[in-house]
Amino acid sequence: MNKWIDKERFITLLQDGMRVMVGGFLTCGTPETLIDWVVESGVKDLTIICNDAGYLDKGVGKLLINQQVKKLIVTHIGTNPNAGKLMSSGGIEVELIPQGTFIEQIRAHGGRLGGVLSPTGIHTPVEEGKQMIEIKGKSYILSEPIGADIALIAGYHSDFMGNLTYKGSARNFNPTMATAADIVIAQIEEKVEEINPEVVITPHTFIDFIVEV
Amino acid sequence: MDAKEIIAKRIALELKPGNLVNLGIGIPTLVANYIPEDEPIYLQSENGIVGLGGLASNEEVCVHLTNPSGQYAKVKKHAAFFDSALSFVMIRGGHLDVTVLGALEVDEEGSVASWIIPGKLVPGMGGSMDLVEGAKRVIIATTHTNKGIPKIKKRCSLPLTGYKKVDLIVTELCVIEVREDGLHLIERHPDVSIEDIISQTEATLHIDHVGLMEV
Repeated sequence: MNKWIDKERFITLLQDGMRVMVGGFLTCGTPETLIDWVVESGVKDLTIICNDAGYLDKGVGKLLINQQVKKLIVTHIGTNPNAGKLMSSGGIEVELIPQGTFIEQIRAHGGRLGGVLSPTGIHTPVEEGKQMIEIKGKSYILSEPIGADIALIAGYHSDFMGNLTYKGSARNFNPTMATAADIVIAQIEEKVEEINPEVVITPHTFIDFIVEV
Repeated sequence: MDAKEIIAKRIALELKPGNLVNLGIGIPTLVANYIPEDEPIYLQSENGIVGLGGLASNEEVCVHLTNPSGQYAKVKKHAAFFDSALSFVMIRGGHLDVTVLGALEVDEEGSVASWIIPGKLVPGMGGSMDLVEGAKRVIIATTHTNKGIPKIKKRCSLPLTGYKKVDLIVTELCVIEVREDGLHLIERHPDVSIEDIISQTEATLHIDHVGLMEV
């Protein structure tokens, strides 16, 4: 199967109301071209699962400006004043999760585990509405797995099959998100003939579609 | 030196050779300016770096390399990159010697609030809750008051980032250690009296031996 797609094919994969995972940490390692195409598609009522709300006009911030977002599941929105404004006005729902729990919830879905037990956030609002579980005398907060309909990730090099490498700190959430959605689309910077198997970070089996930008 | 520089410089003295350290956004970031270049202190960055260096100049910018504030950065010799899952295994797993965090409020029990002012400001917790959970030592870097309103409280009124997690509080006026029995004033700024510090602190301070802060 040829995984290499263009904008037109990409847009046919999108639907209103989808749960969309987006890689990146404050837009480093965020697939900006794919986000631009989501903006162009005009799909709406999206639930966005991303570390943060990006910036006003960068990262998932572009989807907020274009009013395509119903809910954000994130760890931080402080860099995008628009996200805070939309949250206060009731324009979007925001679920805030500690970053270390967030990444494990995504990993749990990827590996089809039943949940995550973390001590992080005990005696804080993170506890609210969550089940507490005691294991060997220590308390943990139970958080459920987080999956998505579609994951938009950013890689650096890809071979024909979709084996991926990343560069610098742009790796962050991308490899884990690649395991946790029904459809995974990677935006990559350069298609290469071959990648040394020793340095592949995301094996091609996790990647459904690839876009070279 | 302004207040932030006094705080950052004093906190740098807490970092020991071989330490793995995470510096939060704001004043904590400035601590890096006071770590000698050749000192074997390694900065962990929750976006997936051990061995974070300073900011990149225009010529040095790599768009794939940022610090946790999202600024283009450099790495030092022996640096390593990894994904977010491994980063938080490192953080929660007890590999961080020190985490330095800003605060909205900190209290007598060593609890800290830093991520939300309900109805006003909701930046979110990011990695801060995992950092205070997992780091061996939690140091708070904060101005002593917020425009005259004490930030060191009997009890935090804002939603917590961590409950009973703080070990040391460094402000531009003093250094306070959190112990089982409460807060101990251990150093004061040479130009500030103990009475001045008490008057700007809501929490009760134990005062036994008070040294002078290096400023």
